[in-house]
Amino acid sequence: MKIKEKLIELILKLCAFITILTTIGIITVLLFESISFFRSVSIFEFLTDTEWTPLFSEKHFGILALVSGTFLTAAIAIAVALPLGLTIAIYLNMYAPKSFRKTLKPILEILAAIPTVVYGFFALSIVTPFLQNIYPDLETFNSLSAGIVMGIMIIPFISSLSEDALFAVPKSLKLAAFGMGSTRFQTAFKVMVPAASSGIIVSIILAISRAIGETMIVAIAAGQQAQFTLDPTIPVQTITSYIVQVSSGDAPQGSLEYKTIFAAGLTLFLFTFSLNTISFWIKKKYQEKYE
Amino acid sequence: MKRVLFIAVLAFTMIACGNKKGQDKGLTGSISIDGSGTVFPVSEAVAEEFLKVEPNVKVTVGESGTGGGFKKFATGVTDISDASREIKEEEIALCKENGIEYIQLTVALDGITVVVNKDNTWAKTMTTEELKKLWEPNSTVKKWSDIRAEWPNEEIHLYGPNTSHGTYDFFTEVIMGKSGASRTDYNAVSDYNVAVQGIENDVNALGYFGLSYYEENKEKLNAVGIDNGNGAVLPSLETVASNEYAPLSRSLFIFVNKKSAQRPEVEKFVNFYLENAPKLSKEVGYVPMPQSGYEKQKAAFSKVLTK
Repeated sequence: MKIKEKLIELILKLCAFITILTTIGIITVLLFESISFFRSVSIFEFLTDTEWTPLFSEKHFGILALVSGTFLTAAIAIAVALPLGLTIAIYLNMYAPKSFRKTLKPILEILAAIPTVVYGFFALSIVTPFLQNIYPDLETFNSLSAGIVMGIMIIPFISSLSEDALFAVPKSLKLAAFGMGSTRFQTAFKVMVPAASSGIIVSIILAISRAIGETMIVAIAAGQQAQFTLDPTIPVQTITSYIVQVSSGDAPQGSLEYKTIFAAGLTLFLFTFSLNTISFWIKKKYQEKYE
Repeated sequence: MKRVLFIAVLAFTMIACGNKKGQDKGLTGSISIDGSGTVFPVSEAVAEEFLKVEPNVKVTVGESGTGGGFKKFATGVTDISDASREIKEEEIALCKENGIEYIQLTVALDGITVVVNKDNTWAKTMTTEELKKLWEPNSTVKKWSDIRAEWPNEEIHLYGPNTSHGTYDFFTEVIMGKSGASRTDYNAVSDYNVAVQGIENDVNALGYFGLSYYEENKEKLNAVGIDNGNGAVLPSLETVASNEYAPLSRSLFIFVNKKSAQRPEVEKFVNFYLENAPKLSKEVGYVPMPQSGYEKQKAAFSKVLTK
């Protein structure tokens, strides 16, 4: 009996270790390949040059061109998802009847289950032509429609997690506010949202992290042209869509072009890693505050 | 009773299957093809037709660009590589390194076509110098009026194949005089349909790709006549075949791994390819060689087999 217990424990441990080992493996590969990349290209050039053309005969390695595309699309996505997601969360928590909340929440979460390639195609073939009706100078590939559609995709991240945070606020606070004669609106914005603020911020950070790492939507709808710009109407290339382009057979293994994807990947990893760390830290602090 | 019926049916099916197996001496196996997105429509059409003749041979056709295709071909991953340009020195070296021997076969002719939006009323023709000015590295052309003063003062939006495509290598070599020399601030697509879509929806767009993608989308796009000093010529089946459409006419190839060619399904497929290329290349918008050209290719291929 005891041996069986031990065996089960060992198997469980092994499973946990596999995930840790995978993470360590990925980080090691990223670091090693990036180091050999930075032997040929100076970090200074990497961080300050505004052109990114490793695949052409005249090569520039300015990651800013990719970073600007990444942040532009992510910012547009958050600008869409934050107001909508938060409104939905407050509505679900404060206004919606219980039964309605129970059905609406899973339906919203379906948004996150739609394959992103479908979103990308939707952005390119429906949202972009629609936006072109309003603003004819919009190019076929642009960060605006990719960002908007990405925003729709990440709404459930914000609405669901924020709603969970609102739900976790002690009932006494809500009842006390009502007891003081507050309206629902006052209770929502003066009591509930501030009380749940750290949970809401965590949800936003996770959504940003998701938007930065999103690949298919931007690869399809935002174009393949790395340029240092904040103009949402022209094509951009994000870090992820560059990695897609190269790894689909553009550069010979071991070449400098090939190593660029690891340097780009490392940059991306640093962004998402620090965002996740921040959210982890906020979450921890929040728990301390309430227990 | 039910059980008896079941057994009877089962037995009958088995007999039927066994019978079929005995009669059908079809080939089996799989053939993997990758490479040029320009040659892809031809190879795909051939593969589809081949499936009707040999339904048990699995043929997969990829389109990761001539360069991308050779990378796989040179390491023995693929049996056949589609190419829209000659094989490069370093690719030959890579093949040698991995002990890959191959034969190069011409399957069709093509003219790289410069295309613009259907509502573009100004760019009907362009000279090769204008193309060079537009596409050369660090080109200063930002607006249509930078090419010709009387053209609109509107930003020009460019589409072209990315660097893994043979079309890119060929176009830059012919227009700029150096393979790979190109401006970099354009939409570098890996799939030509993306370029078609981009140009179709944007009156200020211009792009270039193989003739078949234009032929397939004729109602959505306009071709630009190319003037090489002897008057503008539009690309078409006739002008490419006669080489009037210069300098952007070229040959399309398949490279066959000699070792793979020993496999009966590959041998049959390649012969089938050369027999059907005249008809199918025309169907997808390319230009077939004269019949004698195909005979020569077939002879070259059978020589490899008997060796």
